Amino acid sequence: MAVKTDGIGKQWDPATYEVGAEKIREFADAIDAGNPVHRDHEAAKAAGFRDLVAPPMFCVVYSARAMAPAILDPGIGLNLATMLHGSQEFEWNEPVCHGDVISTTATCAEIYERNGMGFYVFQTISTNQEGEQTVKGTWTNIVRGV
Amino acid sequence: MAELKQGDSIPELRVTPDKYLPHRYAGASGDFNPIHIDPEFAKQVGLPGNILHGLWMMAQVARGNAQLADGDPRALKRLSVQFRGMGFPEQELVVSGTVKEADGDRVVVDTAAAQGDNQVIRNAEAEVQLP
Repeated sequence: MAVKTDGIGKQWDPATYEVGAEKIREFADAIDAGNPVHRDHEAAKAAGFRDLVAPPMFCVVYSARAMAPAILDPGIGLNLATMLHGSQEFEWNEPVCHGDVISTTATCAEIYERNGMGFYVFQTISTNQEGEQTVKGTWTNIVRGV
Repeated sequence: MAELKQGDSIPELRVTPDKYLPHRYAGASGDFNPIHIDPEFAKQVGLPGNILHGLWMMAQVARGNAQLADGDPRALKRLSVQFRGMGFPEQELVVSGTVKEADGDRVVVDTAAAQGDNQVIRNAEAEVQLP
């Protein structure tokens, strides 16, 4: 059985996320990011950030909202029961700070089959309220036994 | 750190997630997949127990490489990883890496994460702007 590929190129509506100080602190605690710029407004400003700044991997928090409808889209047909997160890439640009409003758009970049497994590659582009790109994500999910 | 050259190892990062770390990361990230937080559910679907979030492990690889710039959140320009094994709470995770390319104050690091012999993240590559 071949994978269904007509979802390639599909783009979903942007998802917005409002970045708050306590969420940044909670995330920094959960990943042990020790730099005070993630906890203290003044330390962040002294280091040249607009405000309290998120660790780079905070991008998973604000991107997830855009990824959920893509993964769940029946038109893509991802079998969640046998899905694995195969690989992940992020390219960071503008840092994300307390008070930012991040908008993320997900696109289905590729669907292909290899060695009996389906590969579903999604791309997310996230921008802040000024239109500056904060991160580009490439999410590869692998489905066994397609 | 600016004198890093090709072939140099980066300082290892060692971290042992406690039993409840997956619960805290679930709350922080919004990923409440029960395979990460419910040992009984995990066993029912054939896993040895609840497993670490892959993106938490990726965050440790990010942190291990950002150490080259004292944890400056602007330093990490790119990180790509392949998830190749299951990670478990209460086992030490070791992030290591070797400089693959050095161009002035930009380095590309071949990096990985393991719990003992279990390579949980392989073929990872980080691009870091050194201070």
